[in-house]
Amino acid sequence: MFANLSLRLWRVWARNLLVYLRTWKVNFIPPLAEPALYILAFGAGLGNMVGSVRVSGETVGYTAYIAPGLVAASVMWQSFYENTYSSFVRMYYQKTFDAMLATPLSLEDVITAEILWGATKAMVATLLMGTVIAAFGYIHLPDGLWLLPLSALGGLAFGSVAMWITGITPTIEMFNLPIFLFITPMFLFSGAFFPVDGLPAWASGLARLLPLYHLTQACRMVSLGRADAGIFWNALYLAGFTVVFYPLAVRAMRRRLIK
Amino acid sequence: MDAVIEAVSLRKNFGDFKAVDGLDLRVERGQFYGLLGPNGAGKTSTIRMIYGFSPKSGGELRVFGQDVATRWREIRARIGVCQQDDALDPDLTVEQNLLVFASYFALPKAEAERRAAELLRFFALEGKAASNVRELSGGLARRLMLARSLVNRPELVILDEPTTGLDPQSRHQLWDRLRELREGGLTILLTTHYMEEAATLCDELVIMDHGRALVRGTPTDLIDSHAGQAVLELVDPDPETRTAALASGLDTEDFGRRLLVFSGSFDELAALGKALPSGQHILRPASLEDVFLRLTGRELRE
Repeated sequence: MFANLSLRLWRVWARNLLVYLRTWKVNFIPPLAEPALYILAFGAGLGNMVGSVRVSGETVGYTAYIAPGLVAASVMWQSFYENTYSSFVRMYYQKTFDAMLATPLSLEDVITAEILWGATKAMVATLLMGTVIAAFGYIHLPDGLWLLPLSALGGLAFGSVAMWITGITPTIEMFNLPIFLFITPMFLFSGAFFPVDGLPAWASGLARLLPLYHLTQACRMVSLGRADAGIFWNALYLAGFTVVFYPLAVRAMRRRLIK
Repeated sequence: MDAVIEAVSLRKNFGDFKAVDGLDLRVERGQFYGLLGPNGAGKTSTIRMIYGFSPKSGGELRVFGQDVATRWREIRARIGVCQQDDALDPDLTVEQNLLVFASYFALPKAEAERRAAELLRFFALEGKAASNVRELSGGLARRLMLARSLVNRPELVILDEPTTGLDPQSRHQLWDRLRELREGGLTILLTTHYMEEAATLCDELVIMDHGRALVRGTPTDLIDSHAGQAVLELVDPDPETRTAALASGLDTEDFGRRLLVFSGSFDELAALGKALPSGQHILRPASLEDVFLRLTGRELRE
């Protein structure tokens, strides 16, 4: 599988970057505006009712609690959307991959670059969001800089899953299904908004299997400046997702595109 | 001579369906070669194997003397492909399409810019350099597709139905550009449904059907040996005329409402025409289209 990979894949990544920068003003607004809105709504609104949350024995304000959860969720949404809807449009409607496969690029080059691009977008969103959240004082620095490599790791994991789904999805409308069954429940039950310990034992056990749970945990710990050995296991869990789903994604796309 | 493409008993199966079923093909350097056939004849499957997109199911395939299965990356670096579908990058401008494509071939930036400017001029697209690809008309989009396939200065260009859907002006303009490229020494492999296009452009062509080669040769040789010089075309002939034509002893082909009589001599057909009721027939030179229809039949494909 790696035999067909070449450094040329960065040309595909650069193509996506070029397109992204053509409309950078539009692309930059959501990650800048969203956290401000959430902090206002949850911090000033809901936060006043909830008060504080206990994280590994210490009390944390509700806004400080959810802020890193929002970063983690944004990583998931960014990379998952990029490698489902956007990759599907490029593959199916724009025939961009077909054109690339008439050049010295391999299928592995193209697919890998797409996943790397999804992770890059997740990192850019984290950088923008993180800056706003840090400006409100909810990210402990410099520990909070670990959010960037964590976003890359999360982006690769969710991007690989997304690309695998793109490889086996017949039509673009069908992406609603994994989003409804997988992404939205994960968004709600991965500990971004409330500690999963509060759930019934079976549900909190299930929540701990979700990749977003591990990304949220790791993001929270570095944001609060309390990173411990636990984030190593969180990172390993996310890396495991990439290791499993990246080969599946390449295989599904090869089956789909090469006839 | 120096063969650019060499295929021996090339095969491509999709499950039980034999898309390409033992095709032999040899394209020499500098040739303008045509691949003709009805829909589903195996043209696109053949082309995709040549540029290393589809793996072959059997036989041998060498491009520039190298095995496509193992050396596809080197081979693709020397090939330009103009695909059937408009596969331009709609997220980019006209010029960016050329520059980004050049980057896939690892062309240095300065060289890519020089090449893009040169191609925009050659295809009269300079005024559109900054335009969005989505705004291009069909003819302009095709010109850009062709320009893009030349960005890496290929030795071989593969054109899959390059003029489908174009108006006559755009088509003739594209033909002129293709002739100029051929004069520059480029090897060109073309598939088309337009027999006029194949006859006017190709040095040699093969007509294929059901994944196999039916005949091959220069357009004139193929017309000579399969249709002769002249054709008397009878449209909706009444039964007596039909019988008279069929009884003439000449080579005929019955396409239902059209009946064709072939001959090596115009005089012979003119004499036959005079014997038939007027107004139901025309005498004309034989064309590649006659050859094509005779060999591949008239039933609709797909």
